[in-house]
Amino acid sequence: MTQALDEIKIGGMGASRRRVEDNRFIRGRGNYIDDIVLPGMLHMEILRSPMAHARIRSIDTSKAWDIPGVRLVLTGEMMAARNLAWMPTLSYDTQAVLATDKVRFQGQEVACVIADDPYIAKDGCDAIVVDYEPLPVIVNPTQALATDAPVIRDDKVNQHDNVAFDWEVGDKEGTDRAFEQAHLVSKIKLHYPRSHPSPLECCGSIADFDRATSKLTVYMTSQAPHIVRAAVAMVAELPEHMIRIVSPDLGGGFGNKVPIYPGYVMSILASILTERPVKWIEDRSGNLISTGFGRDVYLDGELALREDGKILAVRMKTTSDHGAFFADAQPSKFKIGLMHSAFACYDIPYAHLSARGVYTTKAPGGVAYRCSFRVTEAMFFQERMVQAAADDLGMDQAEFRRINFVRDDDFPHRTPYGFLTDSGQYAKCLDVGLEAIGYAEFLKEKEEARKRGRLLGIGISTMTEPLGAGNSREYDILGIKMFDSAELRVHMTGKAILRTGAMNQGQGHQTTWAQIVAHELGLPADDITVEEGDTDTAPFGMGTYASRSTPVAGAAVSMVSRKVKAKARKLAAHLLEVSEEDIEWELGRFYVRSARDRGVSIQECAMAAYSNMPDGLEPGLEANAYYDPPNLTWPFGCYIATVEVDPVTGVWDVLRVVAVDDCGVRINPMIVEGQIMGGLTEAYAMANMQFITFDAEGNCVGSNFMDYLIPSAWETPGYELHEVVTPCPHHPIGAKGVGECATVGGPAAFVNAVIDALKGTGVRNIDMPLLPDRVYEALTQKHDVSGAPPVRTDN
Amino acid sequence: MYPSRFRYEAPATIEEVIDLLHDGGGEAKVLAGGQSLIPLMKLRFAAPELVVDINRLAGLDYHRVDPDGSIHVGALCRHADLERSVLLSSKQPTMAEAAPLIADPIVRTRGTLVGSLCHADPQGDWAAVVTALGGYVVAQGRDGRRTIPVDEFVSGPFQNVLAYDEIVVEAVIPPPTGTVAGGYLKLERRVGDFATAGSAVALELSGDVVLRAGIALTGVGASTINATNSAAVLTGRALTSEVIGEAADLAAVAAQPKSDHRGSAEYKRHLVRTFVERILTRVTETQQRAA
Repeated sequence: MTQALDEIKIGGMGASRRRVEDNRFIRGRGNYIDDIVLPGMLHMEILRSPMAHARIRSIDTSKAWDIPGVRLVLTGEMMAARNLAWMPTLSYDTQAVLATDKVRFQGQEVACVIADDPYIAKDGCDAIVVDYEPLPVIVNPTQALATDAPVIRDDKVNQHDNVAFDWEVGDKEGTDRAFEQAHLVSKIKLHYPRSHPSPLECCGSIADFDRATSKLTVYMTSQAPHIVRAAVAMVAELPEHMIRIVSPDLGGGFGNKVPIYPGYVMSILASILTERPVKWIEDRSGNLISTGFGRDVYLDGELALREDGKILAVRMKTTSDHGAFFADAQPSKFKIGLMHSAFACYDIPYAHLSARGVYTTKAPGGVAYRCSFRVTEAMFFQERMVQAAADDLGMDQAEFRRINFVRDDDFPHRTPYGFLTDSGQYAKCLDVGLEAIGYAEFLKEKEEARKRGRLLGIGISTMTEPLGAGNSREYDILGIKMFDSAELRVHMTGKAILRTGAMNQGQGHQTTWAQIVAHELGLPADDITVEEGDTDTAPFGMGTYASRSTPVAGAAVSMVSRKVKAKARKLAAHLLEVSEEDIEWELGRFYVRSARDRGVSIQECAMAAYSNMPDGLEPGLEANAYYDPPNLTWPFGCYIATVEVDPVTGVWDVLRVVAVDDCGVRINPMIVEGQIMGGLTEAYAMANMQFITFDAEGNCVGSNFMDYLIPSAWETPGYELHEVVTPCPHHPIGAKGVGECATVGGPAAFVNAVIDALKGTGVRNIDMPLLPDRVYEALTQKHDVSGAPPVRTDN
Repeated sequence: MYPSRFRYEAPATIEEVIDLLHDGGGEAKVLAGGQSLIPLMKLRFAAPELVVDINRLAGLDYHRVDPDGSIHVGALCRHADLERSVLLSSKQPTMAEAAPLIADPIVRTRGTLVGSLCHADPQGDWAAVVTALGGYVVAQGRDGRRTIPVDEFVSGPFQNVLAYDEIVVEAVIPPPTGTVAGGYLKLERRVGDFATAGSAVALELSGDVVLRAGIALTGVGASTINATNSAAVLTGRALTSEVIGEAADLAAVAAQPKSDHRGSAEYKRHLVRTFVERILTRVTETQQRAA
């Protein structure tokens, strides 16, 4: 007799199962792009522009060709001859693969050398002589929008200025009216500095074009291999079935590995021309100065407030700096991503957002760095505006949030900019957070410390964010609708293989997906292999970013498991010699309703699918499922930080961090907690130390890890994690996205805490990062410190 | 991150090292910990024709205190050895406080104090510490050995006075004449970051009175700054708050910082002042507790 299983024991839902991936990662047995070695493989190095903006007078590659071991030198001219000098971006713009007319940012790809080894390839790059004619450099929107600014994108017909787009959303008239009725208008100007996802593994590819079979295989660092296959088919005009994209183990992505970069394209052409595999491994500086950055947005924000603290309307005006090419990775309907998800957790009747995007002579990108398309900026702006408004009103910052939250009984709720949220317990999350941090006690302690000259502060950040694009009605990338799929094949001995179109890059899909199957079918998670990343074997999917995998691909895993279960039920009925209607399910087994001890295990059903199927039933036990989510998922996060600021040096230390996350039902709590801690660390990094800036000549400051800082274990604060569970009403297992919540909500908590510590000094804002010298400047000069950290050039 | 072609030698004796450097004719570099040289080569900022690896040399990984109280640090003594040193923690507070602040644990495992001095990075911590302590290096060439005070050893940013065929075999801190006190404070944005600014203070005391003082500054000039005026006001006096304030002010005056993405010149001066004041105040607090 078979028995129902203990779900935790088989590694199902709620089990903090150890990550399957880690077995190979911690033993150094992962298979990353640079681990792959193919016979006869050549190596590619890229020559990058030292100038930010310059016309290319000439490129002399003759000395590079003369170096023994150099097999190919590619320039923009050669790419142009094959119609490959430019490629489409993910935002309906174009981007240079290799510069032909001029370079538009420091680090832009100018030529590449393919040689027997990377040393020779690098020697080849050094031997190329490029004659540049310098042009005026533009490093911020103010310069870009000046009337006499040179047109950066003179390659585009009808482009006569540096505006990439103008876009708006919301009810302008209603908002204007509400502002007229306001008791108080709270205004603030903010800048979210340029940051970089900086996965530990940089980008790379190995293109392998086989002349004999006409098949192109590309091993590459992509978070979305199926999109790459489609793009290569369309851009390079190769038949899609002759293209195989393989993403091996990825050493992090964080949005950086969503776009298609020039290096990939060059390696493909180089392989076609040399008929040998060509490997390109990007170095750290190449990654930091040329690949997709995040943020770089300025805000003019205004809140219309009633005397009692109720927010009547919100007005946001953003100016975003996209660099030389508008290459944001985002759903095509929305020019500034999901910026208009701001204020989704607050009940506000009117809102208007106007967004202007500009070109500058800086690297392109605008990728969703660990966020659902500009949601990080949206929620940071929101929570800084909220704190400023509470301060302007003289209200307690927790109370101000509480009276403006959407109530638990008010779902579904239309957000100020028109999204539909479906669930949440916002006030409860805040209460859990305040209780955990000891809010009232801390306020007293802060007061006491002030009297002794010590500066303590507390910062709160609360937000709900839209994770898990699509639905397909509203979300597409370059016209490809955003849904996902899964394919499950159960072998005769009850073991199984699951494949999805998502692409793990640290999220632990191998572990988590197996847990969903275990939950649905009662197969032990250890009995399930999970595979992703090979477009020849994995079913179609839009890839992993924007916290969309559990909401979309994870849902597909549930649905495909249910399809398999439906078939297994038929097999069970056959084995038990009863009709299907008389069969019940408990975890891992079917049984006869009237005789619970008469049952068969899911494994017995699997064996029957290959050895004892009923007449008329198709053999085998497998299925596939496409999942188009009805809505986004809306997790909620409440992040509270306490800090102490050294009034003499401006150095601030984090005292405590409390995080309350409501991401619905947790599949693997340990992995969820890891995601939250990682997200908080990135939040801390951006608030405290991280930025990429440019000097007046357009030189990138932040081109290596000495300048672009990744916090280590030494400075990373400790985290206290709490949870509230409000299941997602439409997700098959009630889960919501979570991978990015803490990165999105965290930064404002740290900044709000430092600003709170400075309360009474007249300082209302310090833009990120809150480096000690900026805090010192605010403290001593008693003024706000705004904009990107300057690259000072005195004496 | 692929260096230019270079020849690599790893001799077993110091004489061979010197011969190779001589033959290299100024195009050779010595490799000890490699924590600066290797990144520079990988970035192709440095492209030496010959790299002479001294890690096979025996007997240079020491640090010791001689009977006279002088401290000797061999050319292959790693930062980590100094960080974990019981000798330093009991004998030399300025060095003991600086050692765990050098870069990060990975760099400390391989990098060397002597290599750091030779590299002469104005943001190098050891140069400030050894300068404050009045230390010197022992250089060896074809004609034998000579000593060079660290203060004179560095001739500019990333430049030292060694002849192309000389190598530093050890750094020496002279014996103290009184009770040693002092410390090292720096601001770094993150562990492993170069200092925004740093101050090294080394004192020798007789009772309350300062017999000898050295104050040197990190990251606030084209090379390590020996703040002699600041140190001079301490000599022969007790550490009253007025004296401390005076020394801190003079240290700030001695600093020649440039504004950059780590902070404004004014801020860096302010840090130098703050650190000198904090170290000296801490010394007085220790004195008071002892009394």
